[in-house]
Amino acid sequence: MINVALPKGRLGEKVYKMFALCGYECPSILENNRKLIFENEEKGVRYFWVKPSDVSIYVERGAADIGVCGKDILLEYEPDVYELLDLNIGKCRMAVAGKKDFYDDHTKTLRVATKFVNIAKKYYQSKCRDIDIIKLNGSIEIAPILSLSDVIVDIVETGTTLKENDLEVKEEIIPISARLIANKSSFKFKTQEIEKISEFLAEQVKNND
Amino acid sequence: MIKYLKNEEKIVLSLRSLYTNYGYLPYKMNKFEEYDLYARNKDFLVSDSIITFTDTNGKLLALKPDVTLSIIKNATDNKGVKNKMYYSENVYRISGGTREYKEIMQTGLECIGDIDLYDTYEVITLAKKSLEAISSDYVLEISHMGIISALLNSISENEDFCKEVLECVGKKSAHEIKAISQKYDIDSKDAKLLCDFVSIYGEPTEVISKLEKMDISEEFSKCTNELKQIAFLLSCEAGYDKIRFDFSIVNDMNYYNSIVINGYINGVCECVLFGGRYDNLLYKMGKKCQGIGFAIYTDLLASLNEKTSEYDVDTLVVYKEGTDASQIKNTVEGLAKEGKSVSAQKCIPPKLRYREIIEI
Repeated sequence: MINVALPKGRLGEKVYKMFALCGYECPSILENNRKLIFENEEKGVRYFWVKPSDVSIYVERGAADIGVCGKDILLEYEPDVYELLDLNIGKCRMAVAGKKDFYDDHTKTLRVATKFVNIAKKYYQSKCRDIDIIKLNGSIEIAPILSLSDVIVDIVETGTTLKENDLEVKEEIIPISARLIANKSSFKFKTQEIEKISEFLAEQVKNND
Repeated sequence: MIKYLKNEEKIVLSLRSLYTNYGYLPYKMNKFEEYDLYARNKDFLVSDSIITFTDTNGKLLALKPDVTLSIIKNATDNKGVKNKMYYSENVYRISGGTREYKEIMQTGLECIGDIDLYDTYEVITLAKKSLEAISSDYVLEISHMGIISALLNSISENEDFCKEVLECVGKKSAHEIKAISQKYDIDSKDAKLLCDFVSIYGEPTEVISKLEKMDISEEFSKCTNELKQIAFLLSCEAGYDKIRFDFSIVNDMNYYNSIVINGYINGVCECVLFGGRYDNLLYKMGKKCQGIGFAIYTDLLASLNEKTSEYDVDTLVVYKEGTDASQIKNTVEGLAKEGKSVSAQKCIPPKLRYREIIEI
């Protein structure tokens, strides 16, 4: 039995469809209820919906053998897992954004508001820029408007939210997409099953390109 | 008596007997070590946060975060001689998940001196037998840092590129290697070679045959040959089917230069055995000899196959206030002689689980 952690939400639904197309369907998952665990014994697969940022924890700790999560989560939490495949969906980018008239004064410490503390720290460290990190959990976009920060480091998908708040992308840090990850120990004992899923998914990614 | 031992204690007991049979001597060390030893070799340590304190003489000491460095410090290097030691010690490190200090129990061995192929084989087979002593469902993975380094050197001398690729090899991320190769303008043939290399793992003979087809460099072939010889020695014994060659085990090349090993037990979500050959570390510490060893994180094995006991005690003896002490003594001793665990109480403790109750 392969345990799969899927991120709740639109991305998770897309990912499930990919798994189903590979022959790992579990029709009960489409029923409209509040259940979080779904199993198809015949296909040897069990899915569970978890918070997107928790997928890597379930996989790292072995509660799930494999899972799908965004590259942003992998960069932020650096879980000790295998990153087997880029699924090429859920595409967006991690970027630095600020007010349109923002000028980066290098004589001052840069105030950066973000949910992604680790990513922001590493990015500015690589540029030897002195920063003051302000950890926020949501509505990051209002930080520069209220002068809480000079810039933000956040995920940008279409840029609409930024535009509506009079912000714009200043620098792109890294492109983000959904990744198939595997628990290292599970990979040793379920190698063939995990490889098979990964190969099927890779085939789909190729076809979608 | 052995039934009273915890699962991990039973395992440590059998590992001690295994290592003693192969001529490894017990090594007991102080809980503290001079901080300077770790400060000089910080990159070798799994976690760089060390608990330090000042002793009565004003010297900065540390609660040891690692055992290998202390053993190396005290090892002697004479031609032809090997120091073979095993240990069972607690180390103090920051835990990855909670970012808090944790006491971690480690049992392992080190073979330091004039190391040859036999010694390398002996340490690997002892790692295999150690995993066997824990569970029959295990996997021992072997990698060779020399192979990875020879492959990277044949492609680029750019340190940043090599560092980033090494990270991807460790994650089995061929797609990331592709992206990095583009970033560093690496020839598409070489990029493909690296991506293909990530998918080389599995049964030793199969892996060796794939490596032999790759015409990389003299160094690459030399390291492949070393792996081949080790595979041959291991193939003659039971448990060979549990051996895998896998180059996703990547350790710091500044310290590890050759064979590296990882061990997994089915049911434990993390790697339980880490080891390898660390000649570069010895060289950095001013020794002329070589070294190989491994450590098992025994605390990870606590929950393995352990059935939670249904009862805390076999018999609960409840006596009234003023009961003659001799009568209680005789009852308790009588039951204990029958091999039962007994708890004498004046009333029934709220959370105590007992098989039977005797009221006197």
